[in-house]
Amino acid sequence: MDHPLRAPLEIEFDYTRSLGPVLSEFMTALAGRRILGARGADGRVHAPPFEYDPVGSAPPGELTEVGPEGTVVSWSWMPEPLEGQPLAGPFAWALIRLDGADTTMLHAVDAGSAAAMRTGLRVRTRWAASRVGSIRDIACFEPCHGVNAAEEAGAAEEAGAVTGTITPVRLSYMHTASPGESAYLRGLADHRLLGQRCGVCGHVYVPPRGTCPADGVPTQEEVELPDTGTVTTFCVVNVAYPGQRVTPPYVAAAVLLDGADIAFQHLILGCEPSEVRMGLRVRAVWSDSGISHFAPTGEPDAAYETYARDL
Amino acid sequence: MTGVAVVGFAQTPCRVREDVTTSGVEMLVPIFAEVFRATGLTKADIGFWCSGSSDYLAGRAFSFVQAVDAIGAVPPAMESHVEMDAAWALYEAWVKILTGEAEIALAYGFGKSSGAQLRRVLALQLDPYLVAPLWPDSVSIAALQARLGLDAGRWTEKDMATVAARSQTAAQSNPQAQVSGHVTISELLERPYVAEPLRAHDCAPVGDGAAVVIIAAADRARELCARPAWITGFEHRIDSGALGARDLLAVPSATAAGLACAARAAGAHGHRPDGIDVAELHAPFTHQELLLRAALRLGDGVDVNPSGGALCGNPMFAAGLARIGMAARAVMSGRAGRTLGHATSGPALQQNLVCVMEAQ
Repeated sequence: MDHPLRAPLEIEFDYTRSLGPVLSEFMTALAGRRILGARGADGRVHAPPFEYDPVGSAPPGELTEVGPEGTVVSWSWMPEPLEGQPLAGPFAWALIRLDGADTTMLHAVDAGSAAAMRTGLRVRTRWAASRVGSIRDIACFEPCHGVNAAEEAGAAEEAGAVTGTITPVRLSYMHTASPGESAYLRGLADHRLLGQRCGVCGHVYVPPRGTCPADGVPTQEEVELPDTGTVTTFCVVNVAYPGQRVTPPYVAAAVLLDGADIAFQHLILGCEPSEVRMGLRVRAVWSDSGISHFAPTGEPDAAYETYARDL
Repeated sequence: MTGVAVVGFAQTPCRVREDVTTSGVEMLVPIFAEVFRATGLTKADIGFWCSGSSDYLAGRAFSFVQAVDAIGAVPPAMESHVEMDAAWALYEAWVKILTGEAEIALAYGFGKSSGAQLRRVLALQLDPYLVAPLWPDSVSIAALQARLGLDAGRWTEKDMATVAARSQTAAQSNPQAQVSGHVTISELLERPYVAEPLRAHDCAPVGDGAAVVIIAAADRARELCARPAWITGFEHRIDSGALGARDLLAVPSATAAGLACAARAAGAHGHRPDGIDVAELHAPFTHQELLLRAALRLGDGVDVNPSGGALCGNPMFAAGLARIGMAARAVMSGRAGRTLGHATSGPALQQNLVCVMEAQ
């Protein structure tokens, strides 16, 4: 058997979150180059602040300013930073107890080398050039070297209230297709439709699933199917969305290939959306990359009983 | 209380699998067949199925639904899922049996950890406002915890290497382990840091795999297994999500879960149980085994991770369930009288689950 097909899969999404009252105040302060903490019922100051007291669960009272200097409580060395981390070159991750706080904040320290790092090192905030109300308004921390951070950092600024935060998330995968999917995809390149039949119930699955979802056994018998089928059900897409490749309105339909026991979703083009109906007979229209879409064959509609089980 | 026992366990070898999808199906079908063969059960006997897996490993939404193909869910099965290690799926299954809704339940977990850069993906389990936007990776966070212990004199880098060497030696008897072999401590200590103070041997390897455990109510358990592993305590607890507010050198959630297990067993026996013979601890980093031994108050007489543990094979979302499975197997095979399986989740041992099992 040929090896399974593999390809990079990149996914990204901008997580957009609203901030509650505590984090809103905290983020607004960051945009103005100030770091706030919250005093708990036990008297300890948490920085970053808690939203609900970990001991008594009450929301914090007035937030209190901490930092901008602090002390490294623990650290680790990142020789080759990963995508998205605060610094592009080697840096230290550190738990930093900001002056005036009892808990620590996790952030990066731009120390240059691991040899320059130690527990107990005094560090100060390095602010990002442009600040939006995000934990990344702190670009990183840096060793103090005796400079007065409050003066160096400049005076705190007034900033408009920050009520939301956007975190872009981008992940890279190497996606592997199953052996059955790989055979199916290779078949499409040759304008062939390859499915698999379950040895127990005899159902034909296209695209192949590798395992019969009814019986839980591997499906190994390969079946070639014609490129004609029946629309079992459909919807008309009227809504535009980013990345859409067909102009609305258009039809997304469940197409049951002749000889298959499971429908798959495809585009129906070649007629007005209003002409698409349950039972419509369709044939694949091939392109270089596989099936472009399905189009009506002009045959009489399939009888409801022939596809009722697959709805 | 209804007695519930583990009656079957199977797991795949832990390997980097370029040939499998993230759906888990290809890894699950063979081990379902294996555990059914061993117990004489069929899918029709399973009253409740529960899985543990994560969309973040798969890179797609509702990825666990595809794994249901491996069940063969016709007629429809009673099924559930946790976006956690499948040890928590087993907990849900155990509750299902205790409440009388099922007699036999199957928990399974699977993870293709190698599909993306695991240590980076795991940053997304952190506080989404204050921490995750910095992308702190799981290895670096564990390294911060390890350094705290070094600074506090709780352990040395040599102690950490000793855990690695012992685990790798033990894993030589475990064909499913990803890493095994005889290494000397001095040779380990000469190797470079991955994330100072952690070296490669301090960190679990990235590997893909799946595991399955079947549990049954009292009468059925005795039919299915000559020597069922009776669950006398099953507890899970969690510590704060605020990393900087935790005492990272204590694992209060593990201690609380362990004590709750002991209290439950004491209630069942009318006395506090004797020591544990074998403990399978889900410690993906060497120093975390040291922390867990202390938190769970395991004495020197306890055989810890005779399988090699997670340091020798850590398929995400299956490794915790596999610890319980290995601990159960020690009872079922007659090698041990009382065993403990542990699972962890979250950064730096944030969440902990303990399952204590024994022969009757």
